[in-house]
Amino acid sequence: MSREVILEADNLVKYYPIRAGVLRRTIGQVKALDGVSFKLYKGETLGIVGESGCGKSTLGRMLMRLEEPTAGTLTFDGVDVYTQKGAAMRRLRRDIQIVFQDPYTSLNPRKTVGDIVGEPFEIHRDVVPKGGRRRRVQELLDLVGLNPEHINRYPHQFSGGQRQRIGIARGLALNPKVIICDEPVSALDVSVQAQVVNLLEKLQSEFGLAYVFIAHDLSVVRHISDRVGVMYLGTMVELGDEEQIYSRPTHPYTQALLSAVPVPDPTLRGRREQIVLAGDVPSPANPPSGCRFHTRCWKAQQKCVTDVPLLINRPDGRGAHDSACHFAEARVVV
Amino acid sequence: MTEPLTAQEVSGAAGALVPATRAADEGRSLWSDAWADLRRNPFFWVSAVLIAVFLVMAAFPQLFTSTDPYFADLAHAREKPSAEAWFGYDGQGHDVYARTIYGARSSILVGVFATLFTLVIGSLFGILAGYSGGSLDALLSRLGDIFFAIPLLLGGILILYTFPSDLETPYLVVVGKVVLALGLLGWPNIARLMRSSVLQVKPNDYVQAARALGASPGRIILSHILPNSLAAVIVVSTINLGAYIAAEATLSYLGIGLQPPAISWGLAISEASGIGLIRAAPHMLLFPSIFLSLTVLAFIMLGDAVRDALDPKLR
Repeated sequence: MSREVILEADNLVKYYPIRAGVLRRTIGQVKALDGVSFKLYKGETLGIVGESGCGKSTLGRMLMRLEEPTAGTLTFDGVDVYTQKGAAMRRLRRDIQIVFQDPYTSLNPRKTVGDIVGEPFEIHRDVVPKGGRRRRVQELLDLVGLNPEHINRYPHQFSGGQRQRIGIARGLALNPKVIICDEPVSALDVSVQAQVVNLLEKLQSEFGLAYVFIAHDLSVVRHISDRVGVMYLGTMVELGDEEQIYSRPTHPYTQALLSAVPVPDPTLRGRREQIVLAGDVPSPANPPSGCRFHTRCWKAQQKCVTDVPLLINRPDGRGAHDSACHFAEARVVV
Repeated sequence: MTEPLTAQEVSGAAGALVPATRAADEGRSLWSDAWADLRRNPFFWVSAVLIAVFLVMAAFPQLFTSTDPYFADLAHAREKPSAEAWFGYDGQGHDVYARTIYGARSSILVGVFATLFTLVIGSLFGILAGYSGGSLDALLSRLGDIFFAIPLLLGGILILYTFPSDLETPYLVVVGKVVLALGLLGWPNIARLMRSSVLQVKPNDYVQAARALGASPGRIILSHILPNSLAAVIVVSTINLGAYIAAEATLSYLGIGLQPPAISWGLAISEASGIGLIRAAPHMLLFPSIFLSLTVLAFIMLGDAVRDALDPKLR
């Protein structure tokens, strides 16, 4: 696999102001995303995992520039995304597309499938000549495993999995290089999840797409990802190859997360070590000092309260990968 | 679902398409599907025919009657319906049938244009406020609140007294004043409704998806927000149409809306509702009221049919 960087996030920060009172004064900030950096290589899948509220979806929206950043830069193929305007930005949007979580709200209920999948061509009129659009939409439907004759149907006439395929067809229409998948399968049945994940993998190998695959289901992420990033409270705590994260996690949060994954083997029941974290996730409006995980970490020491651990290469037993823990140490949990 | 999902193995040969059927060949959109649906709806045809009849009545009343609505014979005052005068005579001895036919013009002009005015202005302001949010929303909403606080009748009296009409004022100017007065006081109602619908539609992922595709705000509003937030506004507007015709009648009764010799259903109804008259000559009240009710009913039915046709889930 070529190791050419296609998308690079550098220290992305997103704070949402908390306003109160008649004058809407800003009385605080929700630190939804606080300094996230990573590189996405051509044709690879980067999984992003973390529990609810850790900033996964905010990250996805930032990568699409559906939100303006508080700070940080995003570079796509050498172009700074956040400084683009007008036509240049529109041109850039062709290359980065998104597949949403909820197949029931991501399709306009009053449009036919043909209109929904064809909308990209209405906005970017030079991609496909007018006469060929309908045919192209039918090709796309065929490509994602839907009957091309259903082009005149409405979204409510499809099942959840089929609707997600429609969303994928829309995302594919402009031949993007990167697709952000914001929990694309978490609203689907397990059997349908597998179909959609397999479809995504097939499309990736066919078109050389790079995915940022945001999810909270660790096994789905393991299945599809080449590399995995683990997020906690707006920061990336560990980043490495799928093998490194799942077999030799060094960050205590990753270890706790992995120990919660159910193992389909009844004989292991009760013999597996489970790490149960104490307390709740702190509020992102007032995150803990130093290492954000120190309030719940069994390894926490004074250093963790004062010093912010950097996401840097730390040894994991057999090699090294990025981890943001002062006391990074590999531990087999799964 | 009719067909089970087959994980079709689509090889590189994407050209191997299933032959498109005739139905799939013609491109269809919400509006063409809605029209196809309307054509099959008997309520649509009933309301459309009624509205067409009333519109022709408003434009060419002489097609329906050859009697002069201004001719009055006090000898016939308050006579009951008969073969010569199907709807009887009113208090001045006018032919009620002729006056009801001729009254359609003012009532329909006022009702339809006041409704259109509130619909256009209200929807526009509602969409702008709901979509843009922030200070523009605050400004438009407070502006709406100001007009909303003024009661329809009181405000109407105020406006029409400030810009009075006399016998010399051309007919259309008088009608225009009433329309403007009702429209100015009525738009915040629609704007509020539209704003709340827009706020409901806006956070949906399909709006975000359109933004992610690079759609312009105009495109997002016209093709995503408007079709999904129109239903409530259509229903309320058609109901309001009747209310505006009634308000015109009230203003006329107070002597500041349309003035005699203008003819309108509102004027006829208020004239016929005098004490004692309802019992002595009920036909004077009955016939203009029936026409008014039929008009309102026709528009409400049309609004319902259009709303249902625009919702693919009801098809």
